[in-house]
Amino acid sequence: MPSTIDRIYLKLPSLYPFTLLHLAPLRTSLVERRRIEETGRDSGGGDIGDLPFLLISGYDKILRMPRATSDAKLLIQSLGKAYAATPTNLKIIDLYVVFAVATALIQVVYMGIVGSFPFNSFLSGILSCIGTAVLAVCLRIQVNKDNKEFKDLPPERAFADFVLCNLVLHLVIMNFLG
Amino acid sequence: MAEPESSTAAAGAGGSRLRNAFGGVLCAFTLLLIGVLAFSIRLFSVIKYESVIHEFDPYFNYRVTQFLSKNGIYEFWNWFDDRTWYPLGRVIGGTVYPGLTLTAGTIWWFVNSLNIPLSVETVCVFTAPIFSANASWATYLLTKEAKGTGAGLMAAAILAMVPSYISRSVAGSYDNEAVAIFALIFTFYLYVKTLNTGSLFYATLNALSYFYMVCSWGGYTFIINLIPMHVLLCIVTGRYSSRLYIAYAPLVILGTLLAALVPVVGFNAVMTSEHFASFLVFIILHVVALVYYIKGLLTPRLFKVAMTLVISVGLAVCFAVVAILVALVASSPTKGWSGRSLSLLDPTYASKYIPIIASVSEHQPPTWPSYFMDINVLAFLVPAGIISCFLPLSDASSFVVLYLVTAVYFSGVMVRLMLVLAPAACILSGIALSEAFNVLTRSIKCQLAKLFDDSPAASGDSSAESSSASTASANSAKNENRSEKNETAPKEKPSKKNRKKEKEVTESVPAKHKKEKKLLVLPMEASVMGILLLIVLGGFYVVHCVWAAAEAYSAPSIVLTSRSREGLHVFDDFREAYAWLSHNTDVDDKVASWWDYGYQTTAMANRTVIVDNNTWNNTHIATVGTAMSSPEKAAWEIFNSLDVKYVLVVFGGLVGYPSDDINKFLWMVRIGGGVFPHIKEPDYLRDGNYRVDAQATPTMLNCLMYKLCYYRFVETDGKGFDRVRGYEIGKKHFKLTHFEEVFTTHHWMVRIYKLKPQKNRVRGKLKKLKSGSKTSSTIAAGRKKNPWQ
Repeated sequence: MPSTIDRIYLKLPSLYPFTLLHLAPLRTSLVERRRIEETGRDSGGGDIGDLPFLLISGYDKILRMPRATSDAKLLIQSLGKAYAATPTNLKIIDLYVVFAVATALIQVVYMGIVGSFPFNSFLSGILSCIGTAVLAVCLRIQVNKDNKEFKDLPPERAFADFVLCNLVLHLVIMNFLG
Repeated sequence: MAEPESSTAAAGAGGSRLRNAFGGVLCAFTLLLIGVLAFSIRLFSVIKYESVIHEFDPYFNYRVTQFLSKNGIYEFWNWFDDRTWYPLGRVIGGTVYPGLTLTAGTIWWFVNSLNIPLSVETVCVFTAPIFSANASWATYLLTKEAKGTGAGLMAAAILAMVPSYISRSVAGSYDNEAVAIFALIFTFYLYVKTLNTGSLFYATLNALSYFYMVCSWGGYTFIINLIPMHVLLCIVTGRYSSRLYIAYAPLVILGTLLAALVPVVGFNAVMTSEHFASFLVFIILHVVALVYYIKGLLTPRLFKVAMTLVISVGLAVCFAVVAILVALVASSPTKGWSGRSLSLLDPTYASKYIPIIASVSEHQPPTWPSYFMDINVLAFLVPAGIISCFLPLSDASSFVVLYLVTAVYFSGVMVRLMLVLAPAACILSGIALSEAFNVLTRSIKCQLAKLFDDSPAASGDSSAESSSASTASANSAKNENRSEKNETAPKEKPSKKNRKKEKEVTESVPAKHKKEKKLLVLPMEASVMGILLLIVLGGFYVVHCVWAAAEAYSAPSIVLTSRSREGLHVFDDFREAYAWLSHNTDVDDKVASWWDYGYQTTAMANRTVIVDNNTWNNTHIATVGTAMSSPEKAAWEIFNSLDVKYVLVVFGGLVGYPSDDINKFLWMVRIGGGVFPHIKEPDYLRDGNYRVDAQATPTMLNCLMYKLCYYRFVETDGKGFDRVRGYEIGKKHFKLTHFEEVFTTHHWMVRIYKLKPQKNRVRGKLKKLKSGSKTSSTIAAGRKKNPWQ
């Protein structure tokens, strides 16, 4: 029997998935059946052919979208946890990469606003940011202790190569900046 | 038992060190010999003719190098040349690939600063052989990365002699390809080295070498498309590794920047479709790298969830971006590609849309015999090399195979690009031959060991030696390869090496790890026959290469020779004509000729020309073509409007020189007709045939080219028999009204005419107005005929 809560849910079907988490068991089959009768579709995944399925297997298909969000949350959490476990020096390099890419994006936005007239300056600015990002990623690959291919490469040598490549890159940038 | 073993182990270690050192010295010595070979096989033209610059394009490069050596690099970089493409001029600094001239200029400056007085011409002539020696060393390095030292030496020796490369790098052929092929192979070597070692240092060197390649040749687009293709291949076949990222990503960024530094390329480095492949693969590589990184962080189930999320979002974004890109590119008529690249991708493009590109003989597809002429024996060693690359397949060998496949396709489109195929074919043939020698000599070694085993006079010592020899035959590949490399390198002394190798084998200690590898062993006679036949094959190859270098590819084409009963005839007409021009005309006089001779005229005669070999302005060339195809009066008008004083034509009818202007005339008509519609090609053909005899059309017999070529030709033999066309000419006795002949060379090969100045009085009009008064008639005549229209 439709209560007020049911009527609200019927009128605002978009709210439906988020509340299911704490109002799950009783609400689902009744309201869901009505939704299926009205729209011919259920809220997340499956189609009308799943109707017997829904009634039998209950929450699986219905809960998929909220499961997706919970999965997304879980995903982000586990990503965060795994990332937090990386050593500090690698995190510094990652920060540098993020900074370089952000600078590149700022430059693109600026170019969009004022136009690209000295195109060589724009190009050299963008490519210098992306170039340092790429080289920093290469350094990170070589310095990472989990990387078995580079276990006999001393990190000082990797850093020296990084500095050399950056020198060449910035020499070219300085020349091309105009 | 332990004591003699340890002593033999120590002796073995010392012996192997000695063998290593000996192998290294032998390898270096062989490389030196290969360099000398590459240099000397290209000197035939200097010996047979003289130390002179060949053909057409090298003269332009020579002139630019002269300017550079005289005025310094700053002037060169900003040079605007007003002595060609009159009245348009040409920005040399911005339209020339500076690598070759800067290289030769540096060598000249360095040599002169050491007080060795070499002239610019000598340096220019010998640049190509020096860099071909460098190219064979680079081939050794590249093949060593792919397969090993033995294959490297073999490939280097083959490249030193391959006729296709000789044809573009003889002494005197001072053209871009002379240094560009070296830069190409060296860039590939550094890329493969970075891929194998994962060192950022080699990645930097790779970018710098790519910069040198961009400076040298327009063919650099081959590199910037092949390397992304290889990266994509590695990703798709599951060979992604972090070394791949280090090899590719810095190259793209640094390479694009460095390419944009070269003025010829400029912003084309980011805006033309030739470079889009590299950016696309750059993005794909980052996506793949990110995927692998996240895969390492997460559990498999979560990873699957992440994938579904990312794919649904990422696909939508990708679609949008690709749609925008396609719309942008499709809006340009050539889809963003340049004309030359399009003609490579679609071989029929040039003949339909750009007749100038289609008219160059180098841009035609090659015939089947030209493959055998240019790469000879390698043509059937290459498939064996491909198979050998697959056992085992590594990143480097997959790269070599991909290089070969793309090079074969492009060489099938344009005969000029056989040059890019040559290094790939050499590398793969070197690998094939080296593997063949490996198998055959290993068989001989095993069979000999078995023979010693079976011999009845086997003492304890010899049995121990033979057992060590048989276990040595199951050694690790390292020992074998080393001894075989010592063996394969110098082909001239095989027997001596065989004996030395067997001595080393019987002295060697069994390896530390006795792998029971099932090695292929052929019967003794078959292996000996095999080695002998391979050496004979190599002999045939060498004989062909030397013949091709001496007879086919050493002609300077500015000096021609022919043998007859009386001996050797030398035809030096071109230089005779240019010398006449430089001595008998004013410095500012303009000379008009077909675009083939532009570079030579500016370099040797030092006169301003209207069109030259750069062919950057089709309308200007069409103007000259129209003038050559028009009757005398119209041609005079056109040439006069361009300030031309002298017209130069090349005519081979007296001596039988087939590449003269009459044979090229139809191209002049086509190109002129492409811009000026009143020139129609069927007007010059009789029933679709191109003739200049009595059956020729009146348009043909009255056009300027016919008249300038055949003026007074009938005086040579009374009948006007054209030796090239093989019949008598149509119109034999005629006078020139608007031109006068000023010079014809000794064999009538180059003929120079001067434009007659405008007449002061116009007698034709005076006749009509004879009834009127004198003054009024002259005034009327002056008003009616305006000579400047």
